[in-house]
Amino acid sequence: MSSLSPLPTTLRLRRSVQRTALATAGVLLLLAACSHYRGSVPSPDIGMAKLSAHQLYRAAVRPSALPIPVRSLQVWTLHVETAEGSPVDAATITMNGGMPQHGHGLPTKPRVTRELGNGDHLVEGVKFNMGGWWVVRFAITSSAGTDTVTFNLGL
Amino acid sequence: MPRSRLVSVLAGLGLVGIVAVTIGNVRQRSVKWTREELTLLRSLSLSSLAPLGGDPSNRYANDPRAAALGRELFFDARLSGNGKVACATCHVAAQDFQDGTPLAHGVGTTARRTMPIAGTARSPWLFWDGRTDSQWAQALGPLESAVEHGGSRTQYAHVIAEQYRDQYEAVFGLLPDMSGLPSRAGPVSDTAWRASWERMPEARRDDVSRVYTNIGKAIAAYERRIEFGASRFDRYVDAELAGGGHAPESTLTSDEEAGLRLFVGRARCVTCHNGPQFTDDHFHNTGVPLPGVSLPPDSGRAVGVRQVVAGEFNCTSRYSDAKPDDCEELRFAVTDGPELVRAYKTPSLRNLAGRAPYMHAGQLATLADVVAHYATAPAAPFGRSELKPVRLSPNDQRQLVAFLHTLSGPLVAPATYLEAPASRR
Repeated sequence: MSSLSPLPTTLRLRRSVQRTALATAGVLLLLAACSHYRGSVPSPDIGMAKLSAHQLYRAAVRPSALPIPVRSLQVWTLHVETAEGSPVDAATITMNGGMPQHGHGLPTKPRVTRELGNGDHLVEGVKFNMGGWWVVRFAITSSAGTDTVTFNLGL
Repeated sequence: MPRSRLVSVLAGLGLVGIVAVTIGNVRQRSVKWTREELTLLRSLSLSSLAPLGGDPSNRYANDPRAAALGRELFFDARLSGNGKVACATCHVAAQDFQDGTPLAHGVGTTARRTMPIAGTARSPWLFWDGRTDSQWAQALGPLESAVEHGGSRTQYAHVIAEQYRDQYEAVFGLLPDMSGLPSRAGPVSDTAWRASWERMPEARRDDVSRVYTNIGKAIAAYERRIEFGASRFDRYVDAELAGGGHAPESTLTSDEEAGLRLFVGRARCVTCHNGPQFTDDHFHNTGVPLPGVSLPPDSGRAVGVRQVVAGEFNCTSRYSDAKPDDCEELRFAVTDGPELVRAYKTPSLRNLAGRAPYMHAGQLATLADVVAHYATAPAAPFGRSELKPVRLSPNDQRQLVAFLHTLSGPLVAPATYLEAPASRR
């Protein structure tokens, strides 16, 4: 680094302004994106791909329709792999969930009905009957152990 | 690209983003509703209602001949134990297909409020407790209820054979041999009729049950054509989405508009009353008071779900035309848990201003009473209410009621479907 000549003051100032503008633009765009998010999810943790609570699995949900609709039954795919990236096919998986702010569960009892191979599992009977913050949780048991993974959804 | 130029380009893109968001916000401020609110309003409008599909459990659902027969049956009081009660007795066509009384009066008095019919083809669950999962199965329940139509299925099969043979056979095929069939028999509470039913050979019982099923399917083919028409609210939303120019028929008063803002906002009504029919098609315990008259304990969905799962005429039954995969609502139904206790179906709010009294046993006389109930959120008589109190001033409550009146519109159905056939007037 010492071989680099110091930047002229005007250039340093210009870069500083540019960086500030970029950072400001980034923050504003993030805020704009958040304000246009469909539901109000108090947690920023809204990813569709997650590490399980004890880091045994990586899991990702793929809803049959996006944005996730309200009031209609959906079929989801849940992809499960070990933390090291090996697909998990032979597993016992259950799903539950609900609305933390309302204190009620899911309106249906979704089930994993089929192994699709390559770590994919078919989840049928998924339904959300109202907008807002939903939490869905999968309990996964395989030869790698038992763990849970939780997804936050804003509908 | 040199680093400094890259930073400049990114900063430029960021500034373009700021300008775009700012312009968007300025545009939003120029109208009454934000973009998110307009999206929500659109979701409530009839213009969001998808075309009505088929009913996999009823292959005759879209057969106009079945609907024509169903209309005749709907208004025919011969389908009752005393010859005086038709579907239309409680589902009064001129009153939005309901009767305006807290408890329905058929052969006797029921324990529940008559539900309206419009739009119910779109409901996954029928009755206040969702104890059936199709319109046709719903239609069969009252026919054998001792306090509603008070009859039995062999009697109804005889009515079909004697009064509607040609119409029936044109749609459903030949009637079974009716000779020697008891005049009154069925799996009903009347012990003599039940005993008579149990003496019949199983194949004969099945023949009669198929005729009975087809009565329900014909009535459903008729009922499913009755839908909600556009209200002033729908026209208002359409106009707002088009840019805000309002004709008189699409105008809401300032009170109605304020009520709508409360409905989708602070009052949180839209949580359950969502979608173009203003219902989430689900069941909730909202702490509705006990009826003023003494009735047997009523656990709502907790019992209703057991009845539909075991139902003789449910989607997976041998009388249904559906494949098992078509019956997803039933396959994935929540069948137990404290949330089901005294939970009742969220009713549609369309046309509700003309449908007092309110709630599953008509416990609340006026819309003002209903709004006050949701504001105070009393504890449930039993089970646990999902409601939390909402701070709503008397003016807020008045404005909410004003808004609810904007949801009234005509029923939409083929010509003549909203009146009795000439032979039944």
